[in-house]
Amino acid sequence: MSDQEQQAPAGGAEEPSPNRLVGTLAVAGLISGVIIIAVYLATFNTIKENKARELREAVFRVLPGVAHMQKLLLKDGKLVVSHVEEKDEEPIYAGYDKEGNFIGYAIPSAGPGFQDTISVLYGYRPKERLVVGMWILDSRETPGLGDKIYKDAAFVANFDRLEVDPKIVAVKKGTKSKPNEIDAITGATISSKAVVRIINEGNERWLSKLPEPGSEPAFEKVEEKKGEKGKEGQEHPPGANDEGL
Amino acid sequence: MAKSQQQAYDEFIKGVWRENPVFVQVLGMCPMLAVTNSAINGIAMGLATFFVLVCSSFFVSLLKSFIPKQVRISCFIIIIATFVTVVDYTLLALVPKVHKELGAFIPLIVANCLILGRQEAFASKNTIPMAMLDAVGMASGFLLALVSLGGIREILGEGKLLGFSLFGPNFEPWVIMILPPGGFITLGLMLLFFNWVEERKKKLDAQLAAAEGGAD
Amino acid sequence: MTQKDPKLLIQPGPQLRQEMTTPVVMRDVWYALTPATLAGIWFFGLGAFLVLLASIAGAVLVEWFFSPQEKRRYFLGDGSAILTGWLLGLTLPPALPMWMAFIGGAVAIGLGKTIWGGLGGNLFNPALVGRAFLLATFPIAMTTWTAPGDFFSIPSSVFALPLMQGEVDALTQASPLGLMKFAHKETGFFDLLFGNTSGSLGETSGLLLILGGVYLWWRRDLDWRIPVGILAAAMVFSSILFLIDPDKYPGPIFSALSGGMLLGAIYMATDPVTSPLTPKGTWIFAIGIGLLVILIRVFGGFPEGMMYAILLMNAVTPLIDRYTQPRVFGRGLDSK
Repeated sequence: MSDQEQQAPAGGAEEPSPNRLVGTLAVAGLISGVIIIAVYLATFNTIKENKARELREAVFRVLPGVAHMQKLLLKDGKLVVSHVEEKDEEPIYAGYDKEGNFIGYAIPSAGPGFQDTISVLYGYRPKERLVVGMWILDSRETPGLGDKIYKDAAFVANFDRLEVDPKIVAVKKGTKSKPNEIDAITGATISSKAVVRIINEGNERWLSKLPEPGSEPAFEKVEEKKGEKGKEGQEHPPGANDEGL
Repeated sequence: MAKSQQQAYDEFIKGVWRENPVFVQVLGMCPMLAVTNSAINGIAMGLATFFVLVCSSFFVSLLKSFIPKQVRISCFIIIIATFVTVVDYTLLALVPKVHKELGAFIPLIVANCLILGRQEAFASKNTIPMAMLDAVGMASGFLLALVSLGGIREILGEGKLLGFSLFGPNFEPWVIMILPPGGFITLGLMLLFFNWVEERKKKLDAQLAAAEGGAD
Repeated sequence: MTQKDPKLLIQPGPQLRQEMTTPVVMRDVWYALTPATLAGIWFFGLGAFLVLLASIAGAVLVEWFFSPQEKRRYFLGDGSAILTGWLLGLTLPPALPMWMAFIGGAVAIGLGKTIWGGLGGNLFNPALVGRAFLLATFPIAMTTWTAPGDFFSIPSSVFALPLMQGEVDALTQASPLGLMKFAHKETGFFDLLFGNTSGSLGETSGLLLILGGVYLWWRRDLDWRIPVGILAAAMVFSSILFLIDPDKYPGPIFSALSGGMLLGAIYMATDPVTSPLTPKGTWIFAIGIGLLVILIRVFGGFPEGMMYAILLMNAVTPLIDRYTQPRVFGRGLDSK
């Protein structure tokens, strides 16, 4: 029937030699490995682009008016620009307008929601001490209720121009009266409060470490390969530290 | 000729209906319950499984005489895992949104007992055309089940089908349908229905046979 | 096995006398529920009555549909489907759309009873299965409480078309338990006793629920250990919490009178099918419910815990039964 008849002692009482067993598995593994590597390489760039685009879109969403962004890392208590692609610990993102003027930070923060961890990215403008936008990166909240934290435009709009002092507070829907309050979602109070708590935690962690308003790291054009060096002007932490790394 | 055609048709149709992997064999429950909260997720999972099952069956049937019987399961798994990885990366690159929804359940296709079961029970013992027919039939049956379950859950849970709103903005969603209990309840009711139909058919057949016997 | 209720003693045949037992008990429960139900309708208006009817209709229709043709008279005649629908209706918000109440009743009988093989086979209280389903399915509608209002004005949400949302135009008001949990406000004793508070349509009038319970106890249709055990355990537990921090935790009287505590303790936990058979087991069952209710109310995410407490203890009832079997005398150790 098949064209491999000559190979087949199959099904006989004779035991194939151990070498043959190991050999078969090794060949199968090898072929499989080659195929997987080929697919990995073929899809690598698209996947990376997808991820980068997703992040960029999220940053642009939480910081209105942003045209450029760059990644900042905390090193020795100072924020430095990082151009390294690899996944490093806890970055935040700085957003700039077309002329390269600093607009604000996009800060990722995560914490427990009603079902599972909620990952939030929110925009923060240090000059006015305002949260200017919020976007849920990842969540598994109850569909139809908890997922309104990103599906309900009215809830998301809550986070436009929100004061962070003394703290953001979620209040019952329709009772928002102060600039640091948001309207919680009816029926999803826990999820709403979780988002607020996550943002407050992010603020606690980051706000004290941000440089004085006006002294933010300047935008560095990656395309021109000025990469590792800080631009002139302002008190941007110079590249001395990160050049070595 | 007609007979072999009949046989081929049989191999195909048994997977779709008579031996439907979900409703009759109750195989592959993990992806079945986990990802079917909407029709589109059901389709994506069904197609991913379709691809893996058909490709694996082809290669297992092709290589059946090379593979010593002692290491056949390992070889099947290697073949299946290869195709699952291919699907995983392809989905991640082409439709990242769907990939995010299906999440961990794509790699878990490796452990879908339906696929390994078909290799062991059928593909490794039959010719390539027959194995393909069987795989296509079984995968279609699986796809059918996933889509119907996902469809029901999406219609009740969100008032939509494939993202199109069916009932207008005032629809009250059945939240439970999107959640895991909704999957269990819906699948349970569907199994109930299938068993009921089957039993009824048997009863009717028995009555018919009895009537014929009486007439003789 | 010791019989806790001599009136229900199962004797060797002839058993002609036993045939009427189920319908008689069911009718007694109807009578007992009537005052509290009328009070609920009085407070919440005719809309509440419609919700109740829809729930009963759903239950009866499914019972009719799934009962064998020849036996329909018996299946429906024992009145248990009506009672299930009725009890479910009493736990629903008064402004719930009728179609939801109908589905609740259908699920209560379909998934709560029929699937288990009919009356006597079910593990969980059918009415509460229906309610749990509704709460998980329509969480917002099921927690929208309206304030007691005009008798003749029916909230338009009651008439919402099937599958559509109900527009609640009546005055919404947090239930006493919700007020307690989210605003730390305690509702007054007399409001709780007479039922002039928001809540589900049959749970608000504490006094009438207790009266019905006393009638059932007098008719010996009810095992007094269950309500007494539940209330005692809940009150003791909440007293302890209250003594620890009176500002944070509700007092024992409030705990006993608010929410579905009385309705559940007297009419639902006492369901003979889903509660233990032995006196000792009954005490364990009742105390377990009492503790769980307070635990869920105080430390859980929901303001009310009666439904889950009863369902959880329903689940362990077979286990309780097994471990509280009295020893059988006159048999060898090894013959078991």
